Amino acid sequence: MAVTVQEAKVTWKRLPLSSNYAAAYAVKDLDVDVIAAYPITPQTTVVEKIAEFIANGELNAEMIHVESEHSALSATIAASAAGARAFTATASQGLELMHEILHIASGLRLPVVMSIATRALSAPISIWNDYSDLMNTRDTSWITLIASSAQEVYDSIVQAYRIAEDPEVMLPVMVAYDGYLMSHTYEPVLVPEDNKPILDYAPKNYNRIKLDPERPISMGTLTGPEWYYEFKYQQVVAMKKALEKARKADEEFKARFGRGYGLIETFNVEDADVVIVAYGGLYGTVIEAIEPLVEKGVKVGAMRLRLWRPFPVEDVKKALGNAKLVTVIDKAISYGARIAGPVALEVMSSFYHDEAKPMIMSVIAGIGQRRITEDTIREIVDYSFKVLGRGRAPEESLYWGVRGVRYE
Amino acid sequence: MAAEEKLPAWNEIPPGGIIIEPGNAEERYTGDWRVFRPVINQDKCIRCLLCWVYCPDSVFHIVDEEYVTSKGRKYSFSLKIDYDHCKGCGICVEECPVNAIDFVEEVK
Amino acid sequence: MRFEIRWHGRGGQGAVTAAMILAEAAIFEGKYAQAFPEFGAERRGAPVRAYTRVSDKPILTRAPITRPDVVVVLDSSLPKELYLAGLKEGGLILVNTKKTAGEFAESTGIDTSKYRLYTVDATRIALEILGVPIVNTAMVGALVKVLPIVSLENVEKAIMETFPGRLGEKNVKAVRAAYEAVAAESVVAR
Repeated sequence: MAVTVQEAKVTWKRLPLSSNYAAAYAVKDLDVDVIAAYPITPQTTVVEKIAEFIANGELNAEMIHVESEHSALSATIAASAAGARAFTATASQGLELMHEILHIASGLRLPVVMSIATRALSAPISIWNDYSDLMNTRDTSWITLIASSAQEVYDSIVQAYRIAEDPEVMLPVMVAYDGYLMSHTYEPVLVPEDNKPILDYAPKNYNRIKLDPERPISMGTLTGPEWYYEFKYQQVVAMKKALEKARKADEEFKARFGRGYGLIETFNVEDADVVIVAYGGLYGTVIEAIEPLVEKGVKVGAMRLRLWRPFPVEDVKKALGNAKLVTVIDKAISYGARIAGPVALEVMSSFYHDEAKPMIMSVIAGIGQRRITEDTIREIVDYSFKVLGRGRAPEESLYWGVRGVRYE
Repeated sequence: MAAEEKLPAWNEIPPGGIIIEPGNAEERYTGDWRVFRPVINQDKCIRCLLCWVYCPDSVFHIVDEEYVTSKGRKYSFSLKIDYDHCKGCGICVEECPVNAIDFVEEVK
Repeated sequence: MRFEIRWHGRGGQGAVTAAMILAEAAIFEGKYAQAFPEFGAERRGAPVRAYTRVSDKPILTRAPITRPDVVVVLDSSLPKELYLAGLKEGGLILVNTKKTAGEFAESTGIDTSKYRLYTVDATRIALEILGVPIVNTAMVGALVKVLPIVSLENVEKAIMETFPGRLGEKNVKAVRAAYEAVAAESVVAR
């Protein structure tokens, strides 16, 4: 095959893969037992590739063909409840159709993993990228990672099972990435020649509470007002634990395989007056846009949010604490909120109790894949310095690039 | 509130509302929910077991007791109702094809 | 050194696959590369754009290419404004046409003092070898001749991975034919 790279004890193949294919390779290498999914653009090629692996005999798994995403996640949940390592993938309307089942997966504490090729929501119909679909799942008690490269998609899905199946966590995990801008972009990805090291890192946890005719249990029970709250509090605690588990999973991944990402990633934040916060594939564009500015002495930096839920408050505060102005670019809109960027809101709330804190500006961009180039980012940086000079951040989100709207 | 405080704390119960001991509905006494009580007339009963099929709470028990009706018909078993778990829904009364279950008001 | 290549074609000519094959070949060569289409609800005949970046260093940006070093035109009937947009001065234009570079420059008015123009009759090559006017692989062959950023060998390997078996072999033939033809037929007009 391709060039091989020796790193630790693992022999890697360097393949040209899209993020969708990288997700499928991770599923294969993790020896997932059951996959149920329904096709939706731009997710479809994830499952097509998995089907190919099953047909070729490269993966011994059950592929359940279903009639909707609602059924896809339901079947995935059932498989997971029976003890299997289960996977599904979706995007946009598919994720919306799954919505009620998202709560059931987390409420039943099932370690399902799902990949999301993020896409805008109808109506009007848009098949293009933004993060409206993902941000709508914020309160579903799914651990949520947002990757920024195809390699990270592979690595994050591997880490996801390790986090999800941890006995102290037992919550489902979503691994999201930009639809099209990543899902259909080919780039080099290292995948192992042999999946044993991957399974050593993320061994299957079959020793968990599961549906077993030999030892019957009941799942999906009705709980009255005197019980329900305690089960929800258990999820609160599990989410809190998941933060450190996610950190450890990444650290150990790095120790074993030489690649790590942290819960957030930063660039030049120590020396920056303005820090641009982004997530997903946009971060790379931000870096290439500001690198030449930093070389010229402009005091600008960047931060990428990788773990969205649980939200890494301390990491974010540490990264942004030195900045004078933080500009958060969100690719989703919380309609009716003055600050309509979901991540911007979260960053603001992280600093609420502090006396000394940066100004925080919320920018909405890339909606329905409205083009964001390096020039767009530099315009946002310029505007950020202007706002910094004025000494007061706008109280409302800026809707960058909407025709007919201009910010002075 | 007093009763609620005796319930186990969040970290003393299995995750996700999962019931890990099967069949524990038996531990819950629901016999005082009834307004009417189903009473089997063993003489009219033809042992078709439709009550046993329809009962949502599985309170009909087949017991090894021979029974001879007043007309001389001999049955090798009888039916008994578990009144600790019968909620008095009356489905058995409705379904019995020979009206062999009387619905009698509870004396409370 | 980074090369940014923008592919222009019409739906069905294989511009997206061409962008991908070049990136795959670069990755097989040990370089960093990125290929992605200008995503649309593609339909046959509609103008299609695709992008390839090739570099010795990791590529972080995911923005579409607005200032390309190279444009590859799979269909010469596309308006030149479309493919010349943002092309760097001194940039390379490779066009699928029966015309020589000189003739093409004359008929379109492309300023050859600003750009390097190459032409190749990829449609003829595709029809002769593949039997269909799908010119993508031939255009990749021509491109790596005039812009030797990846070896012909790795292009052929990428093609065999994309189209295993006989179809791949035919496409490899088309690549070689265009690789030879572009040198013979094109004129570097400066």
